Amino acid sequence: MNTELLSGLILDERTELTLIDLCNACCRHAEWVVQLVEEGILEPAGRNRTQWRFPGTSLQKARIAMRLQRDLDINLAGVALALDLMDEIESLRAAVSRLESRD
Amino acid sequence: MDFKDYYKIMGVERDATQDEIKRSYRKLARKYHPDVSKHADAETRFKEVGEAYEVLKDPEKRAAYDQLGANWKAGQDFRPPPDWDAGFEFSGGGYTRADASAYSDFFESLFGHGFGSAAQAGSHTGFRARGEDHHAKVLIDLEDAYHGAARTITLQSPELDAAGHVTTRAHSLNVKIPRGVRQGQKIRLSGQGAAGFGGGEAGDLYLEIEFKAHTLYRVEGRDLFLDLPVAPWEAALGATIKTPTPDGPVDLKIPAGTASGRKLRLKGRGIPGNPPGDIYVVPQITLPSADSDQAKALYRKMEQELAFNPRSRMGV
Repeated sequence: MNTELLSGLILDERTELTLIDLCNACCRHAEWVVQLVEEGILEPAGRNRTQWRFPGTSLQKARIAMRLQRDLDINLAGVALALDLMDEIESLRAAVSRLESRD
Repeated sequence: MDFKDYYKIMGVERDATQDEIKRSYRKLARKYHPDVSKHADAETRFKEVGEAYEVLKDPEKRAAYDQLGANWKAGQDFRPPPDWDAGFEFSGGGYTRADASAYSDFFESLFGHGFGSAAQAGSHTGFRARGEDHHAKVLIDLEDAYHGAARTITLQSPELDAAGHVTTRAHSLNVKIPRGVRQGQKIRLSGQGAAGFGGGEAGDLYLEIEFKAHTLYRVEGRDLFLDLPVAPWEAALGATIKTPTPDGPVDLKIPAGTASGRKLRLKGRGIPGNPPGDIYVVPQITLPSADSDQAKALYRKMEQELAFNPRSRMGV
């Protein structure tokens, strides 16, 4: 066993990922990531692909998109819709739990 | 090893058509997809359904499975009969998905090795590529996010052995969990993924942070919510009371006339960071039980001496 203590980098809103980082982390071609951007699933800063910088939270989104596409056989427009609805459900759930904690 | 009834898992009859199986799979996959479902055992169910579909969607595998006979019951101890798959001609590889380790021992014993295994050992000479990135979840305590921690994680990674079979290899890593990490966040460990080929660099390892459920706190992003029981007189008259936090107890001032469910903020006491989160204390007024003559007398006294109608706004 390796006993060395490894330190990693937390990927949060302030971390920046490049197109290549995302491609490697999802095992997909750049074209696939470009499609996610075109669907509005990912929103990088920067004008063109080589300058694109994605917030660290994009990785989670991209991987959920990848799994939904692969496991449920839905196209990216459907994935984008599902992700939007999941975000909405998440904020509604949070609102419900806040209201419930007031009872 | 337990026998698995793939038809039962898929919720179809043994004579179901391929279309029926596909429809049922789609429905169950949507229902139990771990990214979508809130079922407690979604991940297990999803894998089970995926495994059943892996067999039933493929007419060759389905026919081989059917040949085991209909008398097996789910959970029954199972050994595949010798040469059980003799006489079948398998065109494809054993798996159509890469993560062989996700399937059960039962599946493994039937379709794992030699089942038309077309996996190529592949020579990597003259070929150079970056290793794959790996992903794993790590379960931590909320307190670890406050203080940081070291965790030993054990990863199973699929590898091809000399004969081209997929095997899994376990390796352990000591990883520092940084202070201020939040639920669902990912940590990147550069170069800790799969080794590269032909001198290519190694891939990265991504760890997803998941908090164990806590008995006291509910976590939302950087903030914590805590239901805090208070006595009626503390809520009515105001009080300074001891409140637990993951960093140790603090004094919380409760203003006079505090209602149940009102949120009191402990600024900056949430998950550390820049800015740090807050703790929201939600007072829950708790009544002393009237289980003694003295307690009953006190309640009667309040009833007589306080002109209190909690339903006054309802017009009754």
